[in-house]
Amino acid sequence: MGKLLNLKLRVWRQDNAEDSGRFEEYDAKGVDTDMSFLEMLDVVNEDLLEDGKEPIAFDSDCREGICGTCSMVINGTPHGGQKGTTACQLHMRQFSDGMTITIEPWRASAFPVQRDLVVNRSAFDRIQQSGGFISVRSGSVPDANATPVAKEDADLAMDAAQCIGCGACVAACKNASAMLFVAAKLSHLSLVPQGQPERERRALAMVQKMDEEGFGSCTVTGSCEAVCPKEISLDFIARMNREYGMALIRKGTV
Amino acid sequence: MASLTKKENSPYWFCCFTAPDGTRTKRSTKQTDKDKALLVCREYEKAASDAKKLVLTENQAKKVISDIKEKVLPRVEVVQKNIVERPPYTSPLLNSKIPTGPIEEKWNKHKFDLKLVNPANKRKYEVIVVGSGLAGASAAASLAELGYNVNCFCYQDSPRRAHSIAAQGGINAAKNYQNDGDSVYRLFYDTVKGGDYRSREANVYRLAQVSVNIIDQCAAQGVPFAREYGGLLANRSFGGAQVSRTFYARGQTGQQLLLGAYSALSRQIGLGKVKMHTRTELLDVVLVDGQAKGIVVRNMVTGEISRHSAHAVVLATGGYGNVFYLSTNAMGCNVTATHRAYKRGAAFANPCYTQIHPTCIPVSGDHQSKLTLMSESLRNDGRVWVPKSPSISEKIRNGELQPSNVPEAERDYYLERKYPSFGNLVPRDVASRNSKEVCDEGRGVVSSGLGVYLDFSDSINRMGEAAVRERYGNLFDMYEKITGSNAYQNPMTIYPAVHYTMGGLWVDYNLMSNVPGLFAIGEANFSDHGANRLGASALMQGLADGYFVLPYTIGEYLAESGWGDCPDIESSEFLDAEKAVRNRINKLLSIKGKRTPTSFHRELGKIMWENCGMSRNESGLKSAISKLSELREEFWGNLNVPGEKESLNQSLELAGRVSDFLEFGQLMCRDALQREESCGGHFREEHSTPEGEAKRDDENFAFVGAWEHKGDGNEPVLHKEALEYEEVKMTQRSYK
Repeated sequence: MGKLLNLKLRVWRQDNAEDSGRFEEYDAKGVDTDMSFLEMLDVVNEDLLEDGKEPIAFDSDCREGICGTCSMVINGTPHGGQKGTTACQLHMRQFSDGMTITIEPWRASAFPVQRDLVVNRSAFDRIQQSGGFISVRSGSVPDANATPVAKEDADLAMDAAQCIGCGACVAACKNASAMLFVAAKLSHLSLVPQGQPERERRALAMVQKMDEEGFGSCTVTGSCEAVCPKEISLDFIARMNREYGMALIRKGTV
Repeated sequence: MASLTKKENSPYWFCCFTAPDGTRTKRSTKQTDKDKALLVCREYEKAASDAKKLVLTENQAKKVISDIKEKVLPRVEVVQKNIVERPPYTSPLLNSKIPTGPIEEKWNKHKFDLKLVNPANKRKYEVIVVGSGLAGASAAASLAELGYNVNCFCYQDSPRRAHSIAAQGGINAAKNYQNDGDSVYRLFYDTVKGGDYRSREANVYRLAQVSVNIIDQCAAQGVPFAREYGGLLANRSFGGAQVSRTFYARGQTGQQLLLGAYSALSRQIGLGKVKMHTRTELLDVVLVDGQAKGIVVRNMVTGEISRHSAHAVVLATGGYGNVFYLSTNAMGCNVTATHRAYKRGAAFANPCYTQIHPTCIPVSGDHQSKLTLMSESLRNDGRVWVPKSPSISEKIRNGELQPSNVPEAERDYYLERKYPSFGNLVPRDVASRNSKEVCDEGRGVVSSGLGVYLDFSDSINRMGEAAVRERYGNLFDMYEKITGSNAYQNPMTIYPAVHYTMGGLWVDYNLMSNVPGLFAIGEANFSDHGANRLGASALMQGLADGYFVLPYTIGEYLAESGWGDCPDIESSEFLDAEKAVRNRINKLLSIKGKRTPTSFHRELGKIMWENCGMSRNESGLKSAISKLSELREEFWGNLNVPGEKESLNQSLELAGRVSDFLEFGQLMCRDALQREESCGGHFREEHSTPEGEAKRDDENFAFVGAWEHKGDGNEPVLHKEALEYEEVKMTQRSYK
């Protein structure tokens, strides 16, 4: 058992997408420092329920930092600012007694709020559907060892492929740009030999879709990399720009 | 009255007659000539009726029947090899449809025998897939690639978030890339043995066969598996096997495989062949004329209830580990889909088989919302120990002694001591029970007393910290985030937690339940892992079912039932199902009692963990059954769900899931109670060897126990499917 904290929470409450929303304040008393941040919210919600009030709606699922469901801005930083950590893996030992903690949803026009801290991130799915794949049918493939992949390439592809699609990069960016997310997928697939045949098509289609969905442009502030729970490198954005440039040259304009 | 019928694919006439127990039975006459067949059939009927009148005992009657066969049939036909004769106690409800022939040829033969749907006709069929994890996403994508129209549903906000994503360690495949003697047969053998001889041989063999295709498929999708410097795929070893056959992508294998399946699914969504419904929860399965033809769902954002019809329904909705409240499952994992299917007539098989994973982070307090697993691959290089004496453990628990100060001679590496040949790599159930045992002896090392060490200091000394970081870096980081302790410097503490459920909907060889048109794949079915699943086999099974089994086998049902219009969603069956769903929701909201859904869930979990967890006994199970009845009564009288039904209401979602868990928990206890033996993850204290090892009873319990719902308030009925082992000899497992 850890120490106990008394905290004040300022939480964004919004009934639905049309509602204008507001901050509400709650006390969180006797918070064990061994709790995760979301367990602290669970306890606050149980108290609200017992008082007959509606609990704070927030997204979470695996609570192991891998599914990418949890999505909240804590004291101005997506996922709360501990390096390489999702909100669900953030623990209360990172906070001190008497603090006021402000909790907000992702803020981006491409991620409309559905209720309280819950947002709609289906724009990410639509970008994937536009070209974030290698077109192979089940069964129509060669032996896995028929195509060697240099360890360095496989490792770098894995660095990019670790993206959990949480959207913190968009929430942190002043332009609400989705470049880090798209760059991670494009880099992963262009680094492995299996991804070569569709390389240009993929770059053009995903960038076009990203723009259509209303994400902003990248001005390379690096805020995305700073908050990314999987520490996806900004280098992948440079790689994406090169991919896109090469695709434009080879395939002509979009 | 006996009658003769013909079956497709068989040259013989079949005799339908009333068996001594009153059930209508079909048995081959082994005659192609109708007149001869009629003679045999009359004899069958006479023998059965004699048995019923107790002129003959049942066994005598069977002998008479087999004598008749001997007399009438030419010898060659009688001794035809490998005919799968179901033993007498297999329930007629459970026709496993295992193909005949040698085990190596069953699947290939079956694929040829299955009916095909013409490519041009596939687009006339609608299929519903519920769930978008490894099994669901791979099935939905593969079915769409074949040309079927698919509607796929998931409760998450994106199909990429299904809980398959959290699997860490790896995926098994019999590639033998390491040249260490692996083969399809060895993977099959290990899986049957690891499952403690409670799985179906034919299914497991097929799983091992298609395992090699899965790796090919995933590599082609661009899954960044770990590689060697030569560019070829790397492998690691895993619990329960003595060859190195596990493929991995750092500690995020499940994530990478799911993203591969998700990319295939995304491609089909983009092409318009799959319509994806996210944040949508199944609340009932709809049967029309006894066949599964649709579902009723709730949109979790708007609260809208809608009906969907199709030619077939596939459930890929995962396991029920959250019945224990604390488990390594995601917060949203639930039993609702399979439980609703059960209540509509699908048999639920082996619900008592749950897997307790040995390497999870110990519970830290009452606020705990879930448990976190540390990959089993850690047992490759970590050594499990506790102090030899409880007094040293007590000093550690009180913070008076650091583990590094415990001298080597005072440490008990109990897995290495008791199981010298497998050591720290014994199967999960064995490792878990041993942890419990040493903690019960007072030798546990965390403040609650429920934890043991997993120590990497020897590995760090042997290969250096950098090599350990390369293999397990992300797991060590995760451990530090949760516990605040650095595992490079101090040993990890671990304790078992509920992780996987081997039980699930009963399915035949085609993965179809006893309800025609209702299929179950992945963790949602029961078929491949027996009483215990080996590490790195869940990913294998989910993808095998979705990519390579269901897309073939569903064709048989669809071809047979035809592509006519889907049932009308305005029909009375659909409207009635929707009405029942609405009534339940209204009821949950109208109780306005005092207790929250979570408080009921927590209490349920405690009852289940104490009585139906790592070890079980008769009196505990009986008391759990009655406690659960009381808890359910209180739930429906004192539940508090605020808010509205037409909005995003997480309390309402949870309340619905808990209400199903409350019913389902009782079924688990009943199953654990009837299974008077210990096998795999099911350990009955009454049935253990003097050394405390599990004791199976193959004579009386080598069967699949499948439960049939008989209406609320009535006892469910147990049906048995006998398990036969033609290839692997049943022996007491030994990992010593």
